[in-house]
Amino acid sequence: MTSASDANNSIRFCIRSYIAFVLAPQAPIIDWLAQLDNWIKTSAGFFADRPVVLDLGAVKLGQPGIRHLLGQLSERNIRVVGIEGADPAQLDPSLPPLLTSGRPSERPQAAETTAPKREAPAPAAPVQTDEPTSLLIECPVRSGQAIYFPNGDVTVLGSVASGSEIVAGGSIHVYGTLRGRAMAGTKGDGRARIFCRKNEAELLAINGYYRTAEDWDDAIRSHAIQSWLENGVLKVAPLD
Amino acid sequence: MNKVIVVTSGKGGVGKTTTTAALGAALAATGQSVVVVDFDVGLRNLDLVMGAERRVVYDLINVVQGVAKLPQALIRDKRIDTLSLLPASQTRDKDALTEDGVARVIKELRTKFDWVICDSPAGIERGATLAMRFADTAIIVTNPEVSSVRDSDRIIGLLDSKTELAEKGERVEKHILITRYDPARAARGEMLNINDVLDILSLPLLGIIPESEEVLRASNVGTPVTLNDPKSAAAQAYRDAAARLRGQDVPMIVPADRKGLLDKLFGRRAA
Repeated sequence: MTSASDANNSIRFCIRSYIAFVLAPQAPIIDWLAQLDNWIKTSAGFFADRPVVLDLGAVKLGQPGIRHLLGQLSERNIRVVGIEGADPAQLDPSLPPLLTSGRPSERPQAAETTAPKREAPAPAAPVQTDEPTSLLIECPVRSGQAIYFPNGDVTVLGSVASGSEIVAGGSIHVYGTLRGRAMAGTKGDGRARIFCRKNEAELLAINGYYRTAEDWDDAIRSHAIQSWLENGVLKVAPLD
Repeated sequence: MNKVIVVTSGKGGVGKTTTTAALGAALAATGQSVVVVDFDVGLRNLDLVMGAERRVVYDLINVVQGVAKLPQALIRDKRIDTLSLLPASQTRDKDALTEDGVARVIKELRTKFDWVICDSPAGIERGATLAMRFADTAIIVTNPEVSSVRDSDRIIGLLDSKTELAEKGERVEKHILITRYDPARAARGEMLNINDVLDILSLPLLGIIPESEEVLRASNVGTPVTLNDPKSAAAQAYRDAAARLRGQDVPMIVPADRKGLLDKLFGRRAA
């Protein structure tokens, strides 16, 4: 969540960039929705309160089609804040606004098992090179807290509670127990990794590929682990 | 020392009100002046647990809104004269609480009493955040159950961000009080054990209150358990917790499983 506010000239306007999750449906939509449903089944609540941008670049939809798709997503509690890649003629003021200047990031290659998801920092946040590239958190991360640090690595000395989440542009290191969600490489960095001293995580994600607690077997649950991306598959292995 | 304590938990039904009454009575029994304040506007209970429900005339909302003066609303306990109650209103809701009003009431209570113990409502909304807003110390009441522990964790996060001390860059002193601890169930692995709870919440432990009928009985007759049944294990545990709040070093007693001893004698193993 970088922000660049033009404080000197005006106090009435400021510009902020936010991280949004981008859903890019593929034709046929019916199959894509079925795939999405499958995915939601294993990661219930993932989209709750998350801003989602709909990328229609890969499908050709008229206005009725767009409305239908929005309705379908809304039934799944996915709230679309903007649309990308659609013909402006098909959008009217009752539909989410067209976003045009999303900064592209590496797109996950042919996501088989996971719904494609990439973040698109919304318009106009100049990258500041002198910002710190790592964030150190010395206290436990409590349930309900969310740490967003798109600029680089996050290191947590305490534990990360169930019901909290860490979102990092780079890697995530947790020296306590990881019980919440950890999402690394959210700016498209497939080399980001997640390390923790004890894995009780609800969800691990790197660059949009993720696995949930259901997948942990005894070898990686409650152990020190690292997680990395290999050929589009999220790997989790014990550290010792 | 004039300490303002909030008794909070996130989850309902874990024993906040019982704890407020028992700790209030235990602290007052040492001769220090104590007021227990019910912040559960609309769902007040502390008056019942304190046995003062027939003596309520004015309440916290009246004082917050300036309708009544603080001394008019305070109810002095009939058993311990250093113990007072500031009841909540049952006919209003939490929106009737204003931050300025609560600040004024707490400030005035601070000058009158050694201990101000605020009984927080469940949840993380206005009532709960205002109850913790001006606290120096928080007692987080937790049952050894996964849901209770996670809600407590959430509340700790709020204590670290939404309180006046936190906003000044200081810290609210925080303690965990484990209530409704059932050693037999813990031994069978049916509830979290003490170490699990402390590991997750990573805060110091103030006390462990065993699950007991004495606690329920005391609540129903409107007497804090420390007064109603002073010899019970729960009353002793609350007295120890009160002593720790006063800075005394009291060894922690982990409630033992009485049946466990028999099981051992007969060579049986807990499943």
